[in-house]
Amino acid sequence: MTSHTPNPDLETVREQLRNTHGKDYWRSLDQLADTPAFRELLEREFPRGAAELGDNPVSRRTFLKLMGASLALAGVTGCTFMPPEQIAPFDRQPMNRIPGIPNYFATAVTLGGYATGVIVRSNDGRPTKIEGNPVHPASWGATDIFAQGDILTMYDPDRSQQILQQGEVRSWDEFVAAVTPLLTGTGAGLRILTPTITSPTLAQQLADLQVRFPQCRWYQYEPLNRDNVYEGSRLAFGEDVATRYDFSKADVVVALDADFLAPGPGFIAYARAFADARKVTKESEKMNRLYVVEATPSTTGATADHRLPLQAGHIAAFAKSLAAGLGVGSPASGLSPQASDFLTKLLADLQAHRGSSLVIAGDQQPPVVHALAHAINEALGNVGETVIYTEPVVARPANHISDLANLIRELNSESVDLLVILGGNPAFDAPGDLRLADALRRAGMVVHHGLFVDETAQLATWHVPAAHSLESWSDARAFDGTASIIQPLIEPLYRGKTAHELLAVLLGLPDARPRDLVRAYWQEQSGAADFERFWHEALASGIIPDTAAAPVTPTLNSGAVTAADVPTPGSDDIELVFRPDAGLYDGTYANNGWLMELPRPISQLVWDNAALMSPSTADRLFNLGLGFANGGNPLAHPDPKQREINLERITAANGTVVSIAYEGSGRIELPIWLTPGHADNSITVMLGYGRSAAGRVGNGVGVNAYPIRLSNALWFVTGLSRGNLRNLNRRYQLVSTQNHWTMEGRDLYRVGVFDRFKTEGPEYIKKEVYQREYGKDVAGPGTDGYLSLQTNQDSIYEGRNAWAMTINLNACIGCNACIAACQAENNIPVVGKDQVAVGREMQWLRIDRYYAGANLDNPSTYFKPVGCVQCERAPCEVVCPVAATVHDYEGLNNMVYNRCVGTKYCSNNCPFKVRRFNFFQYTDLSTESLQLQRNPEVTVRNRGVMEKCSYCIQRISAARIAAKKAAVQAGRVDYVINDGDIVTACEAVCPTQAIVFGDKNDEQSRVAKWKKEKHNYYLLGLLNVTPRTTYLARVRNPNSEFPEAES
Amino acid sequence: MAQAQPIRTSPQPDPGESYLLEGETYASMSSKIGDVPLVSPLQTSRGWLVGFTISFILLMVYFVSIGWLFIKGVGIWGINIPVGWAMDIINFVWWIGIGHAGTLISAILLLLNQGWRNSINRFAEAMTLFAVACAGMYPILHLGRPWLFYWLMPYPNTMGMWPQFRSALAWDVFAISTYASVSLVFWLVGLIPDFATLRDRAKNIWAKRIYGVAALGWRGSARHWHRYEMASLLLAGLSTPLVVSVHSIISLDFAISQVPGWQVTIFPPYFVAGAVFAGFAMVILLMAPVRKWYGFENYITIRHFDVMAKVMLATGMVVVYGYFMEVWAALYGGSTYEEYLLYNRLYGPSAWAYWGLLFCNAVAIQPLWFKQVRQSIPALIVISLIVSVGMWLERYVIIVISLERDFLPSSWGQYNPTFWDWSLYLGSFGLFFTLLFLFVRVLPMINIFEMRMFLHQEQQRMNRKKHHGEAGHGGATAD
Repeated sequence: MTSHTPNPDLETVREQLRNTHGKDYWRSLDQLADTPAFRELLEREFPRGAAELGDNPVSRRTFLKLMGASLALAGVTGCTFMPPEQIAPFDRQPMNRIPGIPNYFATAVTLGGYATGVIVRSNDGRPTKIEGNPVHPASWGATDIFAQGDILTMYDPDRSQQILQQGEVRSWDEFVAAVTPLLTGTGAGLRILTPTITSPTLAQQLADLQVRFPQCRWYQYEPLNRDNVYEGSRLAFGEDVATRYDFSKADVVVALDADFLAPGPGFIAYARAFADARKVTKESEKMNRLYVVEATPSTTGATADHRLPLQAGHIAAFAKSLAAGLGVGSPASGLSPQASDFLTKLLADLQAHRGSSLVIAGDQQPPVVHALAHAINEALGNVGETVIYTEPVVARPANHISDLANLIRELNSESVDLLVILGGNPAFDAPGDLRLADALRRAGMVVHHGLFVDETAQLATWHVPAAHSLESWSDARAFDGTASIIQPLIEPLYRGKTAHELLAVLLGLPDARPRDLVRAYWQEQSGAADFERFWHEALASGIIPDTAAAPVTPTLNSGAVTAADVPTPGSDDIELVFRPDAGLYDGTYANNGWLMELPRPISQLVWDNAALMSPSTADRLFNLGLGFANGGNPLAHPDPKQREINLERITAANGTVVSIAYEGSGRIELPIWLTPGHADNSITVMLGYGRSAAGRVGNGVGVNAYPIRLSNALWFVTGLSRGNLRNLNRRYQLVSTQNHWTMEGRDLYRVGVFDRFKTEGPEYIKKEVYQREYGKDVAGPGTDGYLSLQTNQDSIYEGRNAWAMTINLNACIGCNACIAACQAENNIPVVGKDQVAVGREMQWLRIDRYYAGANLDNPSTYFKPVGCVQCERAPCEVVCPVAATVHDYEGLNNMVYNRCVGTKYCSNNCPFKVRRFNFFQYTDLSTESLQLQRNPEVTVRNRGVMEKCSYCIQRISAARIAAKKAAVQAGRVDYVINDGDIVTACEAVCPTQAIVFGDKNDEQSRVAKWKKEKHNYYLLGLLNVTPRTTYLARVRNPNSEFPEAES
Repeated sequence: MAQAQPIRTSPQPDPGESYLLEGETYASMSSKIGDVPLVSPLQTSRGWLVGFTISFILLMVYFVSIGWLFIKGVGIWGINIPVGWAMDIINFVWWIGIGHAGTLISAILLLLNQGWRNSINRFAEAMTLFAVACAGMYPILHLGRPWLFYWLMPYPNTMGMWPQFRSALAWDVFAISTYASVSLVFWLVGLIPDFATLRDRAKNIWAKRIYGVAALGWRGSARHWHRYEMASLLLAGLSTPLVVSVHSIISLDFAISQVPGWQVTIFPPYFVAGAVFAGFAMVILLMAPVRKWYGFENYITIRHFDVMAKVMLATGMVVVYGYFMEVWAALYGGSTYEEYLLYNRLYGPSAWAYWGLLFCNAVAIQPLWFKQVRQSIPALIVISLIVSVGMWLERYVIIVISLERDFLPSSWGQYNPTFWDWSLYLGSFGLFFTLLFLFVRVLPMINIFEMRMFLHQEQQRMNRKKHHGEAGHGGATAD
């Protein structure tokens, strides 16, 4: 057994360098490098590089050039991936470590402070993929896109790697030495600023800090905060309560601008329960019904059975009238006839579902809407059924805006000696009117702790690189309060520190180790007799049992709720809405290429934000000349050819740059993106773009909307004057992965309604399609009812595993998690805006978005995930001249990358256009940290080869190998792969379990059962390519009172 | 075309009615045609130098475009998903089509004993070869990994892999390589007697030696001529099916697919007709200036242009019939996708290409019904130019428009050619014209011995007619 210990000489060198700074540092490096002793030392360490020098005298410059890499390796610059501790090769193989076999660890990642339990795959010590934790209540085995993106963030080469003081590199000891003198007295000048915190350990540390420094204050600020939720609960109940929903009991759901089918606290749990109630089969007795009232088209709105586009500012009035209809308070005035009509029918439906309905207010709606929602749920008897109130989950509910305002006031009075910013990026995302950047300059010392040297770090005196949550010990709570231990998968890549360590410094424990801190907290908290066992179980399962927040029964103060004012809607109101970006969240993920290039749901935009608005609003506000003026509708033109031309003209208006401002705000200029279904007179701007210090991906992408997001208008502002909205008559190229809106009347996405589904049987959907397409009812057995001369393929795969997939369109909510997971699992490169602009995005999976319905004001929006459908009679295979894409004996259509010469014929002949081509060398082969991220089981593709979805063949192989081994051990020849042994990346991550993968020859498999459903269908079935991926038609459950319900 | 027109040798011959003008003798032909390549390099005409320089510069553009392509990858072009093929394959099909006229003239017309072909066949064959060279590069260049192009060929290898023979691209390899090699052999064999003539006439010792080696010891003995005639006939017989097969197989690149607009059963004959159509347009385009510059009006007469224009008109009408059938199939077939394709061609974002092709290939050729137009060189040049553009547009319509909008509207895209798309196309003209300029400079561009034979035949025919008291007199005599 050999061991490697740091060279004692190098230690001396480090010691020498430690006491030098900045220019001195470098000068001393030069001097040092020129000394014969050091040269000798380097030559001993790196004889190959040194040999090149020969015996000739070498100039200092040349020497340094040659030695640059050697110096880095010597640990002076610290780009080391290995801990500077003893390492040794395995003498005996440690338990659970088999080279090449991945290990899985349970931990958690957070979004907006709330934890999602995850299982992280580790290949030989490198975390490579995040999966949901099946027992975690905020995951149930799935994750959202951000958890998928977290793994890339960890390996982000732009992450901060050094402790910095005003941009100069410093050591941890120096940092501790600089901070310690300020930690005296009662902490009157000490302020802590954090984002939302749910970590019990961190909360305990903050409490300890409060004890040590009684005058210290802890402020919280998060741009996407939930102030409205807490203010609403205070208004309704006089106390802070958290609200949880039980969708499994809800037959009628009303979302008041609540995008509960998009990432946020409880997203997956809600989406899962909601979708489960919609996966109807012939046997289903009932199906839930979703009403959505919203301004900005969302995935929730697209899933709705009835959607009312209503300005965000008018929703309060709608909620008030809704409450009044249920006997709480008086109705609001000023609702449009359309909204009133919708309300009347909705009310009737709610009244018919007392105790089994649910009204949800969106986080971005003002407190009064939340209070009204509480009152409505109370009036409907939903509390305790579909609505559960609990103690708050966050460490301390606070009004983030007033917290930030207080902090800035204190900063401006120059009473803050030490401000510690633990995460977050307030210098970028604070409301524009608070002028945080100016205030930060007045602090005695600002310490920023974060993953990146971001906008805030640049203003801070000190910057301490944070350890990523995959590198840290910590803990966090899920939306329901369930706590999880966060355990590291890897030694911090860049010696980042956790927030716990930083707080420990403030507590006078600079050498505390985060693991000990977390353990100590839970040792005390758990009170377990056998703590080691408790600890081990918590780590292994990923959750700490019985930590969910306790239910409470608050008393509704209906007087306060009914007394609260709501603004009266005006017909001429023009409003501006701010929304988190579906890819970048609040801007945190701006440097994450996967998420940057993930087509945003609905708009399908990538690499930019835009001002979303309805076509008619855009036309009227910015004089685009599209023909909507004076109530015209160019898409109602009687001539279909003219309609098409008008549609092309409308979509061509995308990218017109406009200027937007309102009373008291600055002005931003950004391109417009026409969004059918957007509420009229409402403009939505996505936050998180326009970063200046995000990194190589996010810098300068899009427009920063935070400067015009004022503290009194965090989510929307009504009353914009038309004078402040100007068409700048410039063009900007916005890039979307799907430019066509409609299905052109093709049979691509089948939809039925639940009533007929029940009475006429699920096959009615199919029959209707045949009737329309062929004028006759040809539904029957076989290939989706299409007659064919070709032989049936089934016999070929008899007695074998026939891998297949079925996607339930009724459960798909268009959240994109499958695309992100696929990208992470299959080493799919990011190509950049210019490449997506010319149609070269690489994601193997895409979600087609189609608009349907007669009017553009409120179209039906359909999502359809499409990856390679694995045709049994694959058109790509016959045209490949080198047999680079071939069928295997289990029916998969495989891509042999090594054989591919890149004729692209396969893609041309693919009716589904699911093949992706490496037009350039897209995969980054040179950035080391990104190499670590890649899945070793999946070939990294180079320039010039075609690629496509493989049904995660690496997972199939792994399961097959395991099954064969088990069979051999049991002395059998035949091996059995059970249903569920293979889970594709997209299937695993799907929050609603809309995707099912398995063996269609196995009668008992989930996929075989779904395929037997009568509303199962092939995409482009008439081509008779018999895809292995099929779809279950969407079934809507419209209220028969609505006129459009018959569709 | 099947009847042989007798040469009319009246004192004022109507230039539009004869294939050979008065006053030509064996000697005059040998010197007029044969002396062009034998001019000393120092006396090369300025016009040739200018033309060659321009072509050579374009050839460098070609090499730069290929170099950059190899360095960066096919992403430098405007192709994408869904439009995986665009200018690469358009230009491939376009160049191959141009080549077809040469083979048609040299093989089929030889078998049909069309004497008039003699004065244009050498040139047309050369054009074929160079066009095939230009075309043949594209299938290699369009590959994502062009260095592995040889995987498309069947050869024993350690991978134990054959090409995938069901793919039309594998058929292409055979079709094109057969076509190129047969054309080359046919052309070279046809050159042997003329090499001998040049050898005999050359004064420069090096020219003598080089042409001597190329002549393979040709002495003009009866046995030589006998074997030569046999070989010519055999090669013509070999080439004849190639005229039909090459473009048929290239059309199968599209026809065997299931892309709406590609999956068309009439493609093989339609493509062959289109190829001949485009090829004759190009022959006219190239012949007109060459004939003028080298004073070959006596050998390549207006009558030749008239006949070529007729071929163009006939094949053009076949192509127009093809367009009509495509429309018919779309309307009658009842397939939503085919119907939409028609709609998209007529009114979609790239409709300009379809309307442009209808104008160029259907409307612009109609004046060819009139003899005055067929016998007007400027008019023919204009029409041929339009037809060349039209045939390029046809491939654009078939390849690009079909791919832009196929089955799933979610995946519809658009193709915009880039600088490198155009530079490679422009550069391929450099390759073509560089070869062509070299050809006219160092080889006899009209078949000398066949012209002599043709003269002899025409003389005999004239004499026969004279004896039978027909109009005209035997002016065109040899000595």
